[in-house]
Amino acid sequence: MIRARVLILPKRTVFDPQGEAVRHALGHFGLAAVDRVRVGKEIEIEMPGEGDPTEIRSRLETIARDFLSNPVVEEFELHIEGVP
Amino acid sequence: MRWGVVVFPGSNCDRDCLFVMQKVLGQEAIAIWHEEQDLPPVDAVVLPGGFSYGDYLRSGAIAAFSPIMGAVGRAARSGLLVLGICNGFQILCEAGLLPGALLTNADGLFHCHPAHLRVENNCCLFTRSFASGEVVQMPIAHGQGRYYADASTLDRLERSGSILFRYCDVHGERTREANPNGSVANIAGICNEEGNVAGLMPHPERACEPLLASTDGLRLFRSLASTPLEAEPGATYARSAAG
Repeated sequence: MIRARVLILPKRTVFDPQGEAVRHALGHFGLAAVDRVRVGKEIEIEMPGEGDPTEIRSRLETIARDFLSNPVVEEFELHIEGVP
Repeated sequence: MRWGVVVFPGSNCDRDCLFVMQKVLGQEAIAIWHEEQDLPPVDAVVLPGGFSYGDYLRSGAIAAFSPIMGAVGRAARSGLLVLGICNGFQILCEAGLLPGALLTNADGLFHCHPAHLRVENNCCLFTRSFASGEVVQMPIAHGQGRYYADASTLDRLERSGSILFRYCDVHGERTREANPNGSVANIAGICNEEGNVAGLMPHPERACEPLLASTDGLRLFRSLASTPLEAEPGATYARSAAG
């Protein structure tokens, strides 16, 4: 079985109000000197490990870039396990 | 003039739009289900406000890949008039039919109140019933309406006269306080360079009758309703750029 994980974060050039709120709250835990917090999401995809590995990888890359993330405001990392 | 209003799961302003077109403008308007592969014959398509697909993933992201959006994209590239309101604007940006993206409001709050807007360019088919520089009022209702575009995209929007509306105060001043969501350059609505696809976060369909405190939204629909429709398919609509 293939397990793909897509980690998506707002670009550093884009203001992230969620990250800013979390950064502020870190002060309550005694961690006041934090420069930046970015809040993103992780998406896990499980699928049968059949087919051409290169094609699977390229298809997941396209999906992560064009659908799961928005290249205008986000960056992503794709991690794939289980591709032969 | 025949309007088509696309209905996605989670759209909630589709009926308001149909009401305005049918009852207020007295024109033909039909609802189009998002699973349709082709557009019926229409002169303009409206993507209404709401929370398509529950705003899952990103606002408008899933709707942008629905079957009807393939047809809307093809028609838009051939010159069909397409207007995205609120969630519809988010969908147009996600679909790449308009540049930029709409992000969570800078203060993290859902803003639901009337907003003053300055008409930046009335040379566009969507705004020709207004005067350039005029201050109008329409309600906003969104949590993710912070328009973002990188510096070069913003420069292109400014140069091509593609910025249609900016948030302003009652006097038309573009102030930080008048910007409800932190949009770059106070941008509330834009069009593409061809001038046939436009999106805005405010709700013109909620400002179409005196009972609703403003009829400025109706003028936007009227701008389109008086569009000559004999343009050849594929023709790009001439529009002079604002200075």
